[in-house]
Amino acid sequence: MSDILVVGEWSNGSLSVTTGELIAAGRQLSNDCSLPVAVAVFGSAPESVSQQAIEIGADKVYLLRSQYLDDGSSEVQLGSLEKFCRDIQPTIILFPKTRFGSELGPRLSFRLNVVLAQDSISMLVEQGTNRIVVHRPVYGGNAVAKLRFPPRDPQIIILRSKLYDPISADSSRHGEVSELEYDIDPDIVKIKRLETVNRKSEGVSLEEASIIVAGGRGLGGPEPFEQLQQLADMLGGAVGASRAVCDAGWLEHSYQIGLTGKTVTPDLYITVGISGASQHMAGCSGAKDVVAINKDGDANIFKTASFGVVGDWEKVLPAFIDKIKELT
Amino acid sequence: MVLNVVVCVKQVVDPETPVSAFKIDPLSKQVVPADGIPPVVNGFDENAVEAALRIKDHTDVTVTAVSIGCGFVMDVMKKPLSMGVDKLVLVDDVEASNLDAPATAYVLSETIKKIGNYDLVICGRQASDWDNAHVPLGVAELLGIPCVPVVQKLEIVDQLLSIQASLDEGYEIVQSSLPCLVTVSNELGEPRYPTLRGIMSASRKSPTIWNIQDLNLNMTKLEPSFELLDLFIPVTERSCELIHGENDEDAGRNLALRLRQENLL
Repeated sequence: MSDILVVGEWSNGSLSVTTGELIAAGRQLSNDCSLPVAVAVFGSAPESVSQQAIEIGADKVYLLRSQYLDDGSSEVQLGSLEKFCRDIQPTIILFPKTRFGSELGPRLSFRLNVVLAQDSISMLVEQGTNRIVVHRPVYGGNAVAKLRFPPRDPQIIILRSKLYDPISADSSRHGEVSELEYDIDPDIVKIKRLETVNRKSEGVSLEEASIIVAGGRGLGGPEPFEQLQQLADMLGGAVGASRAVCDAGWLEHSYQIGLTGKTVTPDLYITVGISGASQHMAGCSGAKDVVAINKDGDANIFKTASFGVVGDWEKVLPAFIDKIKELT
Repeated sequence: MVLNVVVCVKQVVDPETPVSAFKIDPLSKQVVPADGIPPVVNGFDENAVEAALRIKDHTDVTVTAVSIGCGFVMDVMKKPLSMGVDKLVLVDDVEASNLDAPATAYVLSETIKKIGNYDLVICGRQASDWDNAHVPLGVAELLGIPCVPVVQKLEIVDQLLSIQASLDEGYEIVQSSLPCLVTVSNELGEPRYPTLRGIMSASRKSPTIWNIQDLNLNMTKLEPSFELLDLFIPVTERSCELIHGENDEDAGRNLALRLRQENLL
């Protein structure tokens, strides 16, 4: 029996939010093609992980064990995933658009000699052909391509994050859990991992923030970000930035929102001095409301914003912040 | 011993093309290059050239840039040479135009094999046209060499590659044996500008030009994998309510009031 396989990530005893999103996406595909949704996780995942996977929509959980998997080596992960996919022959494989999925997905597709749809924003099973059709932004988001998979399984998809809400946990759901042990030759590990440096920003993370205040090149330097931080703190939000800001070294790259940075879905996205290039908008197109403060009234950002001020941020922003203080 | 570094570069439609000039031909389902806006070397590939040149600044290496495509604009494609790359190999063939990611990875890997004796392959993280981020990983798989994506810093020390690679939050320090393939993007830092001396030297160099037949390929692997059903410009229909005031400060205050009125704050 073939599966819709979600390749999941977990840490500290629970699945990542993006894995939950993929399970929800898999459930929706399952409505169209009646295949079971399976989740595969690597390493010595505890029972809480498989339990959670089932409660949020998985029919099956595969725990891929191997002596070296807990080291987090992508070479071992890839080796065991390849063997596993040859064994269970999934029809569809879903990967998250994280560092993990962006590396494993394409490499697996080449090993299995099948194709992969990158950064997909919609997918459905086409009636008649029974193949998956995806939409994916290309040319930095200036265009969208609609693609149909060729008749060869598995059909591998990297799904953009934040498109689906994870399903609420239901403890009455049942599923089967299998443990599979893979014998991996340690000699395949050519990359030695020496040290990991975590740079998780303090406070609310960008991915979880319901309000984000983001700054762009128009701010002219790193100092104005103190005002943005002050505003974000007042609103219980987080600060983000365009790529130009991070490339200039005003903020670290972990603040970058966009096509090659973070994907965020706040309720309110306040931009200051951001022109709104499609590569930036690719990271915040899920925001409910965008507010733009920019001196160029023709800037692209005003095409996406629901509210905007055309003006000099150095004058607009302090008055805006003071008024909010007064109102709260 | 001189090590050989191969950098993969792609000629792309200038991603800074104004949105108003960005056009798609609905029949061929292809982007029509805007009049008067020349193509460019893909931005992340320039970061890849920079990564190779930083190694060359300290180590005895030969850097070869390689590209596959059709209709190369020589002034554009010579940019890596003027930045300091030693050699340029172009696979220029009508059969190599508009290849998809798996086909591109196949042709590139065969081209790199033909160049031979490679110790390090550096690629841009993704091309700004199809944004696949897929070809470099495929090249590593097809060459059967280790691969580290999205590298911020790298150097060769005692025949080993020492790498700082980006993570979703932070980075990790890893070490790889050679040969190896890495991808880089903007985190690596600004690519250097060509110097006058570099431009002069590049103008005197001729690229090695091969065609598809020189590579002895299995031509069935060049066929597209996906069926492209449509390529279109997305429509964002949201009308922006512009907030005014007597002056900019006043507009800022009115914006706060309006957002509060909408319960957004």
